[in-house]
Amino acid sequence: MSISLKRRHLLTAMTAFSFALYGCSRSDELENIRGIDMSGADIGHDFLLTGTDGKQHALADFKGQAVLIFFGFTQCPDVCPTALFRAAEVKKMLGDDGDQLQVLFVTVDPERDTPEVLQAYVSAFDPSFLGLYGDLAQTRKTASDFKVYYEKVPTGSSYTMDHTAITYVYDKDGQLRVALRHTQSVEDYAADIRQVLSL
Amino acid sequence: MSTKVNLPVWALTAACGLFSITGAHAQVSVDQPWVRATVPGQQATGGFMLLSSPTDTALIEADSPISKHVETHEMVMQDNVMRMRQIPKIDLPAGQTVELKPGSYHIMFINLKAQVQEGSDIPMTLTFEDVNGVRQTISITAPARPLASAPHSNHHQKH
Repeated sequence: MSISLKRRHLLTAMTAFSFALYGCSRSDELENIRGIDMSGADIGHDFLLTGTDGKQHALADFKGQAVLIFFGFTQCPDVCPTALFRAAEVKKMLGDDGDQLQVLFVTVDPERDTPEVLQAYVSAFDPSFLGLYGDLAQTRKTASDFKVYYEKVPTGSSYTMDHTAITYVYDKDGQLRVALRHTQSVEDYAADIRQVLSL
Repeated sequence: MSTKVNLPVWALTAACGLFSITGAHAQVSVDQPWVRATVPGQQATGGFMLLSSPTDTALIEADSPISKHVETHEMVMQDNVMRMRQIPKIDLPAGQTVELKPGSYHIMFINLKAQVQEGSDIPMTLTFEDVNGVRQTISITAPARPLASAPHSNHHQKH
């Protein structure tokens, strides 16, 4: 929505704005969502990464589908499989609408997550899930665009990755709508995604 | 490194002369252990289980032939950021069941020598030490559950 608020037209503009809001409320607003409403947030507008299908991908490729994006790495024994398992459960819970959901898993550890490992990993949860990767610079840029924090942390004999464990939900027009926390349930995820799909 | 010999507790306590007969039965119990299966090329995975001890004890070391390194880790979520850290031990307060599960503690197998195949039995040796410094080593095998396993399925599986 772009309404220019010039002072001398303030009243007119405000009236127009209220009508616009009213008009939106039926079809375009999320109500009582369980995650964080990200509508209009100035982050995560797009990405350009390589998919485990061998193709370059941007958000526009998934127009017509709701998109779930999670950043992680395959050496992660805990949060990442839990997030992907939950995403697979949500897809099942959506029934026929599950086809309208595309799950994307962006690796923050492209040095160890080779395309082969990433592909095998994401498809173990659901064959439709797509892994995405870039080189170190692309990975850094994408994470930064999505306000996702990650950092390599040495452990006794190797390294692990600290990373943001938020799942972003995009509507069918590629607009970011919801951020869901890792601690939320399958039901919370499914409820919000249903709502996003109905926009 | 931990000893691979599963010494009976009585032998240790007799050697140390520190325990009453009751103390001599302070065996740690390990229930419902499992390891998350991996895909080919994946270098690390986690192991989970329920631990309890009748006396204050700690898991101080884990070892397994499946990987070059085995560490005890804790996962912490801070401001929606997942942080995983190696910890020197996992405390087992007397009589409490401590769950190694996704979202909390786990055993981390690093630099896996081969893919962890779903359904295979993963051998591991756990070393515990009580507050008096008495150690016991328990050898177990844990089934490898599918990579896509529910995070809190401990209670749904029969041991």
